[in-house]
Amino acid sequence: MIMVEYALLFIVLAPFVGGLVAGIDRKLTARMQGRVGPPLLQPFYDVGKLFQKEQIVVTPSQHFYILSYLVFIVASGALFFAGGDLLLVIFAFTLAHIFLVLGAYSSYSPYSFIGAERELIQIIAYEPMIILAAVGMYMVTKSFFVWEIMASSLPLILYLPGVFLGFLMVLTIKLRKSPFDLSTSHHAHQEIVKGVTTEFSGPMLARVEIAHWYENVFLLGFIYLFFAWNPVYGIIAIIVAYLLEILIDNTFSRGTWKFTLKSAWIIAGMMGLVNLGVLYYLSGVVPV
Amino acid sequence: MTHLSKSPWILHYDASSCNGCDIEVLACLTPLYDVERFGIINTGNPKHADMLVITGGINEQNRAVVKNLFDQMPDPKVVVAVGICACTGGVFRECYNIAGGVDCIIPVDVYVPGCAARPESIIDGIVRALSVLEEKKAKLVKPERAGSGGER
Ligand code: SF4
Repeated sequence: MIMVEYALLFIVLAPFVGGLVAGIDRKLTARMQGRVGPPLLQPFYDVGKLFQKEQIVVTPSQHFYILSYLVFIVASGALFFAGGDLLLVIFAFTLAHIFLVLGAYSSYSPYSFIGAERELIQIIAYEPMIILAAVGMYMVTKSFFVWEIMASSLPLILYLPGVFLGFLMVLTIKLRKSPFDLSTSHHAHQEIVKGVTTEFSGPMLARVEIAHWYENVFLLGFIYLFFAWNPVYGIIAIIVAYLLEILIDNTFSRGTWKFTLKSAWIIAGMMGLVNLGVLYYLSGVVPV
Repeated sequence: MTHLSKSPWILHYDASSCNGCDIEVLACLTPLYDVERFGIINTGNPKHADMLVITGGINEQNRAVVKNLFDQMPDPKVVVAVGICACTGGVFRECYNIAGGVDCIIPVDVYVPGCAARPESIIDGIVRALSVLEEKKAKLVKPERAGSGGER
């Protein structure tokens, strides 16, 4: 059953949760580097400031692309939390990122161009694994609907450990963390300035940032799905996974696009595929 | 006080001279000084920056570069000249290729003296620049461009 109230809750609360998570992230990162770090609410100050800045429009189409990016991210997240079709969620999610890439391509900046190209490579890298995750969940629960997966009493993680590990790997790409922060990075200097976001300024950049918060909350929700049969484990899994991502972010340097593609396709993809293969093979033996 | 002064993002440019002040600016980012405490981030992108921190004097080759960087930054923005070279041209003032301090091509809001300027005084200069940033914002809102920043 589709639950609209959860979708509304997501639309209202996700920016706050996402911003707070970003704040905790920055604080922990600073502590790991032996620094004091910014205040917990720093991401909110940043976005507040960006809305007060002048907006330099490089091309008017940027507005449209960035707004579409935000809208489709919110829509895919809302659909997910409402319990909608997982495939539809994933397609809307991908479309959102295509809008971001188009936005970056719409200006004639070499940095923005390379950023857009790398963003496309990232999409190519993570997309198969995310679809594999959805397929895995379907094989276990016999449904692509999030609400049915949520309602299932089967411990998905025990059926899909390989898929889960693969998903964690592509999560690093999605959260824009090292070693996979190719197209743009949260951290200071990058070899391509700011990659995809180079040409966005002021309120437009703020929208990109807010979309990223929505996106992060959605992705953390996806982790929860693996543990849906037990909410306590679900929450613990989200926290552990995120801490792990921060640790990875701080221990690795940025990799190349080839490294990203290989990690996401060969290692993560293989783990997912082997997992699904075993699941298919055992389908007569284990209760699925 | 608005969010502006809580999250000043810096664009750091080393115009010329001995590079000493440049290193001191980067020293501010180390765990010892950690300017991110104040929400200060060193962005490499003029379109994201609120503050242009320039070290070294302007020479004939980077005149256009500095002007361009300044023009690309969205309003409100401030310029901080770090080190005596950036303030006046310093010891390199008499050189044939040096045009002078940063203020010979773009308006400078805060001058941080010293050769090299110490990280403490650089941070002090940046914190001073925050109030200038607030003032500029207040001026920016008054004419019809109310609300969010405006466009150009
Ligand atoms: S002020 Fe001194 S240390 Fe700084 S750039 Fe000039 S000569 Fe070098």
